[in-house]
Amino acid sequence: MSNTKSLLTIQDLHASVEEKKIIKGLNLDVKAGEVHAIMGPNGAGKSTLGYVLSGRDGYSVESGSATLDGKDLLEMETEERARAGLFLAFQYPVEIPGVSNLEFLKASVDAQREARGEDAITSAEFLKEAKAACKQVNLPVSFLKRGVNEGFSGGEKKRNELMQMLLLKPKLCILDETDSGLDIDALQVVAEGVNSQRSADRSFIVVTHYQRLLDYIKPDFVHVLSDGKIVKSGDASLALELEAQGYAWLQKEPAEDELEG
Amino acid sequence: MTEQIDKALAREYEAGFVSDVESETFAPGLDEDVIRRISAMKGEPEWMLEWRLSAFREWLEMEEPDWALVDYPKVDFQAISYYSAPKSMKDKPKSLDEVDPELLRTYEKLGIPLIEQQMLAGIAVDAVFDSVSVVTTFREKLEEAGVIFCPISEAIHKHPDLVKKYIGSVVPKKDNYYAALNCAVFTDGSFVYIPKGTRCPMELSTYFRINEQNTGQFERTLIIADEGSHVSYLEGCTAPQRDENQLHAAVVELVAMDNAEIKYSTVQNWYPGDENGKGGIYNFVTKRGICHTSAKISWTQVETGSSVTWKYPSCILKGDNSVGEFYSVALTRGRQQADTGTKMIHLGKNTKSTIITKGISAGRSNNSYRGLVRMNPGAHGARNFTQCDSLLIGDQCGAHTFPYVESRNPSAIIEHEATTSKVSDEQMFLCRQRGLDPEKAVSMIVNGFCKEVFKELPMEFAVEAGKLLEISLEGSVG
Ligand SMILES: Nc1ncnc2c1ncn2[C@@H]1O[C@H](COP(=O)(O)OP(=O)(O)OP(=O)(O)O)[C@@H](O)[C@H]1O
Ligand SMILES: [Mg+2]
Repeated sequence: MSNTKSLLTIQDLHASVEEKKIIKGLNLDVKAGEVHAIMGPNGAGKSTLGYVLSGRDGYSVESGSATLDGKDLLEMETEERARAGLFLAFQYPVEIPGVSNLEFLKASVDAQREARGEDAITSAEFLKEAKAACKQVNLPVSFLKRGVNEGFSGGEKKRNELMQMLLLKPKLCILDETDSGLDIDALQVVAEGVNSQRSADRSFIVVTHYQRLLDYIKPDFVHVLSDGKIVKSGDASLALELEAQGYAWLQKEPAEDELEG
Repeated sequence: MTEQIDKALAREYEAGFVSDVESETFAPGLDEDVIRRISAMKGEPEWMLEWRLSAFREWLEMEEPDWALVDYPKVDFQAISYYSAPKSMKDKPKSLDEVDPELLRTYEKLGIPLIEQQMLAGIAVDAVFDSVSVVTTFREKLEEAGVIFCPISEAIHKHPDLVKKYIGSVVPKKDNYYAALNCAVFTDGSFVYIPKGTRCPMELSTYFRINEQNTGQFERTLIIADEGSHVSYLEGCTAPQRDENQLHAAVVELVAMDNAEIKYSTVQNWYPGDENGKGGIYNFVTKRGICHTSAKISWTQVETGSSVTWKYPSCILKGDNSVGEFYSVALTRGRQQADTGTKMIHLGKNTKSTIITKGISAGRSNNSYRGLVRMNPGAHGARNFTQCDSLLIGDQCGAHTFPYVESRNPSAIIEHEATTSKVSDEQMFLCRQRGLDPEKAVSMIVNGFCKEVFKELPMEFAVEAGKLLEISLEGSVG
């Protein structure tokens, strides 16, 4: 794999939210076709990393770089990053009352097609694809008519995120705890969803707390993110180690000055 | 984010052009003589003139209301011209070929083609330009069904009995200050009569256009649905972009006889003024309908224009089992001010009313819902359900609700729900993360918020209204 090209390259990234430093010198290289799992304690900055990469307002980069396909991500607007192929499945999907899933998804797909210079997809064709995606994530087709995440259960919201990924066909998928709050069947649905999309030119960053998911999705690499940086990387076996021992052994001793502060 | 949304809201007003037509316009000023001249221009019978003059005398004794949550410099009624009509309309063109092409072009530009071949099938249009009706389409087809759809100025001549009987019967002459003024100086508007048991074969619509400077438009519309009949009617409004405020003071009266149904929809897009509140239309409107036994009146309005809106389409539920509905979307941005809502007056037994309003405020605008639900002693078993939702965009705007309830019958049930929400950063982020630009995101979120009301609009207009919001929100983000 070492000769394939990098899809995402993050170098010495420092970022903060509300003046609070969260990402503190993070390096990561994701090559095309790879699956990386990111684990780490609560509050480590995993979700923040996803937000920073996708350009959420309020998250500011202080230094470092991030490129997608060689393009400077940090220079782009949120929607440009999405159109460049970056997709984030949210840890806590938000509701948009009154806007149907179908309408939302078609608008998203069309916006991305337009950016690629393609015509809008026909309604009939899109409906066909959307129905197939519903089936794949095991959501009734009636969910296409419902408001985006409106009144969806926790698990349904996560499946809905996955459905969006299936329809948008991104290059880089960041799944932020898409496996949390899922029943056993759904876990498999998510895993299958990811596995079905794995290909030589599509990469995944899977944020999770549980080894379970990684039984189904075999990651190429596992990283531990702690206090804003990656403190350990390894292969799939690292996840097993973490499951057995927790994170404490990885966290560095707090420095004197930090204790005083 | 707020800043972005505000930018997205800084729309272009697409209907802001001026048509180059030569008009005959009265000099500004208002007195009995002006009223006599309006009446003479229209060749009205004596009774109509007398009616106008008595209204004028009442008006002189009245005071401009100040209870609404709107703030604007007092209108100088002597500075307004009360009549303006294209000169070409003087000889009353007999057919479309005789109508000044510039007038037809004006409507075409506004998306209302008046040439029959190009018209939207199934919709008849009455086009009112300043103080006169220019054309009314599909009249023959409607006449075959016995439906009368014509300018009210014409109905006064051709159907004097109907006009005499019903004009002022729902909104009395001295109902309020602007209504009284309208009675004195009204110029044109539409007249509709649907005979017993008839389902009007097409949608009826009136398109109001203000063109001339310094003129007021005083629209008067009267719709009568006889027993067991059914009609769906829509009005649209636009005006050029000007620095001065202009007045539109309308009166609309609806009469739904036993078992009749009237659906009245408005898409109001008067010029709203600029970012700083310069210019724009003062939209002071009285709309009211009366429902006889088992009749139904449904008001749906989408209000995006005007600098000041003062408007409360209402229902008097006189007959037992009658139904009143009010669905409203009011969007204010920039410095717009809207004080709008409804009155549901329950008189009969088992009368039912539903009120669903969606107020969207952005920029530095002020958006108020003001509604009254009254259950009279005779309203046994009456019910009302009210839901008022406000959506705030940014933090410099205001949203207010003033629900008044008067229940004088213990068996009546009144329910009220209200919510206030914001277009959240999370929602915007989700949309943009999926590739939508911020403008599209805002308009989609706002459209979703309004869905319950849009679904009440006739199909063609639901699309139109959605687009209107999109235009209204254009540039609100960046
Ligand atoms: N808007 C904010 N203001 C202040 N602190 C914030 C804000 N957003 C995130 N943080 C803080 O940043 C840190 C990292 O949060 P983040 O959500 O990235 O953690 P995480 O690794 O995803 O945790 P979890 O496993 O619980 O999802 C946390 O301490 C959190 O409280
Ligand atoms: Mg998280």
